[in-house]
Amino acid sequence: MPEILPAAYDSKIEGNVIFTRFDAALNWVRKNSLWPMPMGLACCAIELMATAASRFDIARFGAEVMRFSPRQCDVMIVAGTVTYKMALAVKRIYEQMPEPKWVIAMGACASTGGMYRSYAVLQGIDQLLPVDVYISGCPPRPEALLAGLMKLQEKISGERSFRKQKPELFEKLEDALS
Amino acid sequence: MTGQELLASLSKLFGAKLQNKTEFRGETTYTILPSDLREVAKFCRDELSFDYLIDITSIDNFGEEPRFEIVYELYSMTLTVHLRLKLRVSEEEGAVDTVSDIWPTANWHEREIYDMMGIKFNDHPDLRRILMWDGYPFFPLRKEFPLEGLPSEMPDVAFTKAAPLEGGPFVTQPSTATAKDREPRAHPPEL
Repeated sequence: MPEILPAAYDSKIEGNVIFTRFDAALNWVRKNSLWPMPMGLACCAIELMATAASRFDIARFGAEVMRFSPRQCDVMIVAGTVTYKMALAVKRIYEQMPEPKWVIAMGACASTGGMYRSYAVLQGIDQLLPVDVYISGCPPRPEALLAGLMKLQEKISGERSFRKQKPELFEKLEDALS
Repeated sequence: MTGQELLASLSKLFGAKLQNKTEFRGETTYTILPSDLREVAKFCRDELSFDYLIDITSIDNFGEEPRFEIVYELYSMTLTVHLRLKLRVSEEEGAVDTVSDIWPTANWHEREIYDMMGIKFNDHPDLRRILMWDGYPFFPLRKEFPLEGLPSEMPDVAFTKAAPLEGGPFVTQPSTATAKDREPRAHPPEL
């Protein structure tokens, strides 16, 4: 009768099996294929386009698939001045994005209103949306946007995604295990 | 016909109606009455070849009477001459005749003046706001309107709040405080 070895020590399948936490695997998948919603509202959008183009190449971080339908997006990059006239439209687009979703406030205007302390400009998109990463600059260089994207990836890899997404299932599992 | 002859013919025909002529660095400015606007404008376009309306703008001389001033910048493509027409409108009157049928470009310029200054244009084909949304209750470029804006609310359309100014549009007083403390928007009064 052959001895049954644990999977990790089976020389035939070793190297093809990885043990990890479910959250870690899920986060790894998510953070490396962030599909951005390019919410280009002003000059920051030019830098956003430069980031996506060949010289800086946001594809190196798996975020090259700019989708113009919010239903296919994971991260909204608010790039530019959010006027009050546009503000609720931005919010509506954010609400149309499926969970899980993140927001990057790119540049001074999206973060705080920037130099526009005026009657027409929303003083920071964080008054309407939960912002994950703020990027300084007016406009930020593509490197800064990539650094912000990497920060977001770091944040995603620390998330407890499974518990957040399926709280009931998680509790059931915990009860069953205890 | 040169530019000077052209302007001379204008003043000959509308002698009484051109109230005030000023010259500055070769730019001629006439002040006219709002009631004469369409007549003068038509003459300028048809007889004097001012085929290009560069801009219309408005000035708020708050505290003076009549309060508003509207400026028409004309240009003749054929003779390369500029002409500036000005007229004054009081707040009670609050309306001028449109010139959008004479120069179609005036359509949006007049809408902008209506949006920002609240001056109406009689017989304008489509007098809606052009920058702010329909229903916004203020005219932002009027002098009594504060720079930081006023709060307003139109459910499902737009809202506005006053921007924190901390005593000026840009606070640049030297200080040892960090940017987080100096920046008025870092600690908004309430959200």
